[in-house]
Amino acid sequence: MFISTALFFIGVLGFFTRRNLVTMLMSIELILNSVNINFIAFNKYLWPGKIDAVFFALFIIAIAAAEAAVAIAIIINLYRSHQSIDVEQAAEMKY
Amino acid sequence: MPATIIILLIPLLPLAAFVLLGLFGKKYVGKSSGIIATLAILVSTVLALQTATQYFTGAGLLNGTFQSLQPWSYDWLVFSTGQSGLSIRTGILLDPISVMMLVVVTFISLMVHVYSLGYMKGEERFSMYYAYLGLFTFSMLGLVMSSNIFQMYMCWELVGLSSFLLIGFYYEKPSAVAACKKAFIVTRFADLGFLLGILILSNQSGTLDFNSMIETLGKPGVCKNLPHFMGLSALSWGLALVFIGGAGKSALFPLHIWLPDAMEGPTPVSALIHAATMVVAGVFLVARLFPIFSVASSNVLNMVALVGVISAFIAAVIACTQTDIKRVLAYSTMSQIGFMIFALGVSGYGGENGLGYTASLFHLFTHAMFKALLFLGAGAVIHYVHSNEMKDMGGLRKQMPITHLTFLLACLAIAGVPPFAGFFSKEAILLAAYESNRFVYWIALGTSALTAFYMFRLYFRIFWHTEPHVHENHHGEGTNTMKLPLLILGLCSVAAGFIPFSHYVSSDGKPFETHFHLAFSVAPVTLGLLGIITAYVLYARSNGKPDAIAGSLGAVYRAAYRKFYIDEVYLFITKKLLFGWIGAAAAWFDKYIVDGLVNAAGWAAETVSDKLKIIQSGRIQQYAVYFLAGVLLMAVLFIYMWH
Repeated sequence: MFISTALFFIGVLGFFTRRNLVTMLMSIELILNSVNINFIAFNKYLWPGKIDAVFFALFIIAIAAAEAAVAIAIIINLYRSHQSIDVEQAAEMKY
Repeated sequence: MPATIIILLIPLLPLAAFVLLGLFGKKYVGKSSGIIATLAILVSTVLALQTATQYFTGAGLLNGTFQSLQPWSYDWLVFSTGQSGLSIRTGILLDPISVMMLVVVTFISLMVHVYSLGYMKGEERFSMYYAYLGLFTFSMLGLVMSSNIFQMYMCWELVGLSSFLLIGFYYEKPSAVAACKKAFIVTRFADLGFLLGILILSNQSGTLDFNSMIETLGKPGVCKNLPHFMGLSALSWGLALVFIGGAGKSALFPLHIWLPDAMEGPTPVSALIHAATMVVAGVFLVARLFPIFSVASSNVLNMVALVGVISAFIAAVIACTQTDIKRVLAYSTMSQIGFMIFALGVSGYGGENGLGYTASLFHLFTHAMFKALLFLGAGAVIHYVHSNEMKDMGGLRKQMPITHLTFLLACLAIAGVPPFAGFFSKEAILLAAYESNRFVYWIALGTSALTAFYMFRLYFRIFWHTEPHVHENHHGEGTNTMKLPLLILGLCSVAAGFIPFSHYVSSDGKPFETHFHLAFSVAPVTLGLLGIITAYVLYARSNGKPDAIAGSLGAVYRAAYRKFYIDEVYLFITKKLLFGWIGAAAAWFDKYIVDGLVNAAGWAAETVSDKLKIIQSGRIQQYAVYFLAGVLLMAVLFIYMWH
C-alpha cells in the first residue's frame, strides 16, 4: 500500500511538473500501476480466495498499452507540427 | 324571395373580379380587364335590382311591415356552445335599408366602372384599378348585408383598406401617399371607437347579431338596468363609441380631415367611395342600430344631431372658399352627410316620428345619385382641362355640352330646387328638424342656402365665367363610356325624388305617408334660389366682386380658406403634444431605462466572461490541476456528507 501511494503521488507530481510530454506519459503509467498494485493488494488481504482484481489489473495493463499507443501518436504529431514536445509550447487551444 | 344563391352572388361577383384581376390581370387579361369587371358588376346590379323589386313588392312584407329577413347564415366562429354560448354567425340580412343600399352600391359602382373605361384608359395599372374597385364593391356590399356586427366590422375595415389603396393609386405622387396614409390613420383611429363600442354593446346584450341585439337592447327603459359610468349608461357609452367609428368613416367633424385630401385618388374613385357609398357607411351604421339609439338616453341622439349639424355648416362654409373643384365637392359631401346624420339625430322611432330616419336614408339615396354625377362630371372637366383648379376653367359650356347639362341637373338637385331629387329629401330632413329641434333647423336652413351658393359658384365658375382657353389637341369631351353614366345619373337625379320613399323605408318597417307642406318648403327654396342668384351675380362673369367680398370678410375668409385651421390643430396635437411631450418622454424612457437595462445585462455578461475566459489557457497541466482540485473537493464533500 505504501508503495502504491508513493507511486501514485510520484506520478501525479510528475504529471504536473514535467514539461516533457513523454515524461508526463510515463507519470500516467506510474499512476495506473499504483492503481494495479492497490487492486492486487486489496484482493490479497480482503478476499484471498478470489482472483477478480487480477483480471481487473490485466485489463488496466491492456488499456494502458492502448492509451500509450494513442498518446505516442499524438506526441509524434505534435512534434511534427511544433518541432518540440514541450506542453508549454502547445498552448494554442485557448480562448 | 329570390334564391339564396342569387343574393350571395351579388357580393361574390365583384369579389371574383377582384381575385381574377388581382392575380392575373396584368399578365393575362390586360386591356379587357375593364370589360370583365364591368360585366361582373352589371350582373350584380341586375341581381340587386331584382332582389329589391321582389323584396319591396311582397316578399319582404308581412302584415304591412317590412321584415328583416335572413336568407342565409352560417355559424362561423363558435367559441362556446350551448344556449348562451358565444358564437359568431355570419349571414345576410335583408331589410329595407340594406336592400336599398344594395341597389345604390351596385348601381353607382356600375356607373363608375363604365365611366372608368374611358377615364382610366391607357393607365399602366388599369387591371389593378379594376381589381381594387371590385374589392371595394365586395366589401361595401358585405358591409350593408351583414347580419352580424362583427362581420360588419370586418367589411368596414376592408372598405377602409380598399379606400386606402384607391386613394394611393397614383403612388408616385407624394401628396397621394400622404393622403392615403392620412385617410387610413384617421379612420383607423375612429374604428378603435367602433370596436370598443361593439365590445360594450355585445357584452351588454350577450350577442353580436343585429337582430337579437336590437331585440335585447331596443326596449324602452333598458338603460336603467345597465351599469353606469360617469352618469351615462353602458348603452349610451357603447352607442357613442360606435358613433365615433361612424363619424370617422363618414368624415364628420372633427374627424373629417381625411376626406378633402382623399381627392388625390382618381376622380371616379372619389365618386364611388368618397361621395356615394363608403362615406355614408356611418349613416348606415347609425340607421342600422337606430332602434337602440332611439331608446338610449337622449344625450346620444342629441350628440349625433349636433355633430351632424356642425359638420354640415362648417363644411358648407369651407366649400364656399375652396378653389380646387374636387375639394369643393368633398366639402359638399361632408356637408350633405352632416344633413343625413342630424336627420337621424332628430328622428324618433316608429310611424311618423321616424320621419327623420326616412328622410336621412332618402337623402342618402338621392345624394348618392347626384353626388356621383357631380364627381363624374368634375372628372370629365378635369380630364378635359388637365387641372383641378378653378382658375384654369371657365366657359366650358359650349365645349362640353353633355357634361354641362348633367352637371347643371346635379347642381339643381343638390341645391334643393323642385322638382329635382335633392328637393324632396332635403325638405323631408328640414321638416323633421323643424318638428323636433328648432336650433338644428335654423342652422340647417342656413346651410342649405350655402349649399346652393357654393354649388352654383362651382357651376358658374366652370362653365361660364371667362371665355374658354383654347385647348389645343384636345380629345373632345370624353369617350361615350364617360358620357353614358353622366346621362343615366342625370336622369336619376331628376327622377329619384319621386320615389315614395317612406312607403319603403321607415324606422320600424311600417310604411307611412309623408305629408307635403307647400308652405313649409317656401323658405328653403327661396333661400336656395337666393344662393343661386348670388352665385350668378358673383361668378357668372369674370369680375372683381368675389375678391372684394373675400377681402372685406378678411379674417373669416382666411380662416374658412384654411379650413378653420383644423388640420393645423391636429398637427399641433400630434406633433407638438404627442410627439414633443409624451413621445419625447417615452423616447427618453426607452433610450435610457429600457435600453440601459439591456445594455447593463450585456455589459455584465461580457465582463464576467472576460474574467472567466482566462481559465481556458490551453495548458494541459493547468487543466489537470483544476481537475485534481475538483476531484479532491468532491472527495472531501463526499466524505463530509457521508457522516
